[in-house]
Amino acid sequence: MEELTAGLTKVGTGVAAVAIVLGLLLLIFFIGARAKGRLQTPMAIVVFLGPAILLLAYGLIVPAFRTTAGSFQDAGGNDWVGLANYGWIFTAPGNSTFLINTVLWLIIAPVLSTALGLTLALLLDRMRRESISKSLIFMPMAISFVGAGIIWGLIYEYRDPSKQQVGLLSQVVMWLGIEDPPNWILWQPFNNFLLMIIMIWIQVGFAMVVLSAAIKAIPSDVVEAAELDGATGYRLFSKVTIPMIRGTLIVVLTTIMIAVLKIFDIVRTMTNGNFGTQVVANEMYAQAFVAFDVGRGSALAVVLFLAVIPLIVYNVVQLRKERTIR
Amino acid sequence: MSVEAPEIIPIPEPEEESIAAAARRKLSSPWASGLVILITILWTIPTFGLLVTSLRPKDQAQSSGWWTAFTDPVFTLTNYAEVLTGGATIPGGITPYFFNSFAIALPAAIFPLVIATMAAYALAWIPFKGATTIFFFIFALQVIPLQMSLLPLLQMFNLGWSIGPIPIFPDLNQAGSNQSIFYGTYVPLWIAHTMFALPLAIFLLHNFVRQLPRELFEAARVDGASHFLIFRKLVLPLTVPAIASFAIFQFLWVWNDLLVALTFAGGTPDVAPITAYLANIKGTYGAQLHLITAGAFIAIVVPLIVFFSLQRFFVRGLLAGSVKG
Repeated sequence: MEELTAGLTKVGTGVAAVAIVLGLLLLIFFIGARAKGRLQTPMAIVVFLGPAILLLAYGLIVPAFRTTAGSFQDAGGNDWVGLANYGWIFTAPGNSTFLINTVLWLIIAPVLSTALGLTLALLLDRMRRESISKSLIFMPMAISFVGAGIIWGLIYEYRDPSKQQVGLLSQVVMWLGIEDPPNWILWQPFNNFLLMIIMIWIQVGFAMVVLSAAIKAIPSDVVEAAELDGATGYRLFSKVTIPMIRGTLIVVLTTIMIAVLKIFDIVRTMTNGNFGTQVVANEMYAQAFVAFDVGRGSALAVVLFLAVIPLIVYNVVQLRKERTIR
Repeated sequence: MSVEAPEIIPIPEPEEESIAAAARRKLSSPWASGLVILITILWTIPTFGLLVTSLRPKDQAQSSGWWTAFTDPVFTLTNYAEVLTGGATIPGGITPYFFNSFAIALPAAIFPLVIATMAAYALAWIPFKGATTIFFFIFALQVIPLQMSLLPLLQMFNLGWSIGPIPIFPDLNQAGSNQSIFYGTYVPLWIAHTMFALPLAIFLLHNFVRQLPRELFEAARVDGASHFLIFRKLVLPLTVPAIASFAIFQFLWVWNDLLVALTFAGGTPDVAPITAYLANIKGTYGAQLHLITAGAFIAIVVPLIVFFSLQRFFVRGLLAGSVKG
């Protein structure tokens, strides 16, 4: 009972904060509306745009510069060290693990998610009742990476083969006749793929929903024309469907790539980067907030930033192209 | 405004004879249905296994697979009772963190949307020099990953910022102690989530607000309505559907977040959300499968309820927001 009261007080704090902020905004509106004549427009601009600009300046713009500067400084942020932190990232022994893993993640997880999502989108189109399947495959998207980590941790759970199995994967493998399944999470380098499966499990629903929407948006006259010309099945798919949704396919692929590049929660929850599963984003967290090496942490953040830019630019270019075609 | 803001992904109107219908007509195949059902089952089993395990008594959960529960059904709710209220294994329980998640996610879903709607209105309907440039600049800010901001922001909350002698953010440390007045409060979390959500929210809401009919605003201006009145009486009510979609999306995003939570809340029961607690007990009590699974299910049940009851909005928000950085 006590806990419930304490809990409701907390939620009350949140609600109160919302009320206070909205009240403040109303008050500012009230004052702003009193501006007369030539002051009217400047006043409105300041009131409407000011909060967003301030928050963006403090939250993203200044920090981006400070992190960039910090990446050229030592662990405590006291002395300039030039490119030493970047040199450390790319040359220190042992660091190749997280660099190679990140590249593997970046290729495998997005490609498999998109391919499976596309397959499902095409298959669903041929079904009469698609909504339940769609909902269930899409559902993992609502689950946190931490929750997903625990769900899959249960599947990868290891027990001595002589005992009763608790993890589903070991049990299935044993039913298939392999008597001595490995301890999955420690099984290098394949444990990386087991972690990627969690990401794929989450992202397939996203790819499916977006691609399914794109397929449904293909104009019917295009399909009919192709069918009149005798295109069916695979030819219709490869000559009409795929070219028509090419832009969306690329958007889905790059969007998942951006998410994968910053993948942190899954690795942290499952292995904390141990057993050869480290990736850049988790190494960044470990350097910045566990080892308190501000320089290296910042440099890793900058590396992520530089890697994300081409993906987002490509993504946006595709979107604009798609829009002009339509 | 001459900016052609790209729509993220076209949301189709249902068509009479789409490729889907054509394919269905010609190729409605039992193979396709079978394959989809198989994948659906595969995709659902992991979550189902979690639920079943969380309902099994400690000994069974730790010594046999959840699938054996169907031949030897023993189910109990004691795991949930223990996780919720705490016990010998996990003192304190998950309840405080569960409420923290609400206290963090509700404001963190509403603040950015209100502020973004205001900014979107200013950029779309208050004509001034530089509006286009500012819009593009905010749009471009999406390239900055969360990771770039964490360290400097944490420093700002704890130590303040200054350029030389000029303070640009005050040092909020309490006199005599080494702790910021924000320490142990939700404030840094609310602010951080709001900041990180803004570029995308402004971009998407701008696209929406810009499409409202021009005559509406012109008529209101002719009648002498101020921008403030127009915003409250016209823009807000008309934007509610868009705001709702993104609010749901942002709520789930904040609820499921771990990185921002770990950075700005630490692990204390005062403010840390349920994700931080789960990540923590996964590391510490990973062997206590019956408790971990019950805790995880409590954590995912809220997003699942939101997801299944508001799926239409969620899909819309997702299709629009698929470039969230």
